[in-house]
Amino acid sequence: MAQTQEAHLSPETVIAEMKKNGVTHVVWLPDSETNWLYLLMQADPTLQLVAVSREGHAFATAAGLSVGGKTPIILIQNTGLMESGDSLRGWALGLNIPVVLMVGYRGWTRHGVTTDTAATYTERFINAFGINYYLVENDSDAARISVAFEEAKKTKRPVAILVGDEYHGFNR
Amino acid sequence: MIQTAELLNVFQQYRGEAIVIPGRGGRHWVKISTSPNLDAPLGDPAMGGHASFALGLALAQPHKRVVLFDSEGDVLMGMGALATIAEQAPRNFYHFMLDNECYATTGGQPVPNAKNIAYDVIARGAGYPHTFAFDKLEDFSHNLKAILDLPGPVFVALKVVPEIENEPIGQRARWQTRTRDQAVKDLQKELGITG
Repeated sequence: MAQTQEAHLSPETVIAEMKKNGVTHVVWLPDSETNWLYLLMQADPTLQLVAVSREGHAFATAAGLSVGGKTPIILIQNTGLMESGDSLRGWALGLNIPVVLMVGYRGWTRHGVTTDTAATYTERFINAFGINYYLVENDSDAARISVAFEEAKKTKRPVAILVGDEYHGFNR
Repeated sequence: MIQTAELLNVFQQYRGEAIVIPGRGGRHWVKISTSPNLDAPLGDPAMGGHASFALGLALAQPHKRVVLFDSEGDVLMGMGALATIAEQAPRNFYHFMLDNECYATTGGQPVPNAKNIAYDVIARGAGYPHTFAFDKLEDFSHNLKAILDLPGPVFVALKVVPEIENEPIGQRARWQTRTRDQAVKDLQKELGITG
C-alpha cells in the first residue's frame, strides 16, 4: 500500500512553530529534504536566513546572534551535526547558548534495519554531548518543537529536534 | 611585521563605541581597552569560529560597530565563513586578521603555505567589498580611520610578529580577567539585553 500524506510533517507547521517561539534567524545549510521549507522561510519577512557553508559555522554564528539578543534556530542534517562536534562543544555548550537544533534525521526508519550510518550514529553522538532531543515525525508531534525551545531557554543549553519524516515532511 | 600590542594601541584611539572581539589579541587588549564591557574576550571557544561568532553579533546589533581581531589559522579552518559574511554584508562589521604565519599557541609550527597566501585577495574573491593588507605599523596607522569610515564588511590582513608559547597549557599564565560567562553577561548588560 502506498504511503499517504496523512502522517507527515509539513513545512507550514515548522514555520508556525518557529514564529510562535520568536525565531529571528535561521542559520542553516540545506539538506535533501528542506527545499519547500526553504521557500517558505525565504518568503517570510520575519525570518532572516543565514546560509553557512559548513555546519560547524552555524554554532558560532548562532552563538553570536544569541549573545547579541536574537533568537536563532540551527537547521542542518545529522551528517553536518556530526561534522560540527568541536563547534558544538565550544560555541554552543561552552557559551551556554539556548539554541534549538532542528536536525534532519537522515536514515531514520521505524521499520526494519537502519542501513544508513548517518542514522546509526546520530543519537549516539547527541547522547555523547549530553544534549536532550525530541523526535518529530509528523504534524501531531509538532508541539515538541515548542517544548524544545522552552527547555533550551530554561537550561541555557542546546536542545535538538530530530526530524524523522525524511521523505514526506518537508516536501509537499 | 607589526607588534600586535602596538596595532591594538593604534586601534584603541579609534575604537569609539564599537563591540570588540579581540580573539588572539586578547592578551594585549585586556590591558589596552578602556571599555571592557563592550569587549567579548572569549579566548578560543573552538578554532575556526570567531568570524562566524562576530557575524552573528554584527547581525544582532546592526547599530553597533563590531570589530574582530581574527587569526589566519582560524580563517583557514573556517574559510567558508567569508562567503557567508560577504552574502550577509553587515555594514557594521570590521574583520581584522592577525597573521603571524604560525600556530603560536602550539609552539610556532607554520600554517600551511604560511608565506604565500593573500588573505585579502581571498576575502575580496569571497565578496567582501573592501579589503586591505598591511605589514607595517605606519601604513596601518595612516589608513585606519579611513578603513573604519567605510561601510562593512571590511577585511584587513595584518602581518604580525609571532608570540610563540611552548609551555604546557596547564602551566601558562592566564590573561583573562573574567570568565567567558561573565564577559558575555557584562556585554549583554551594556547592550541592554535581558533574559
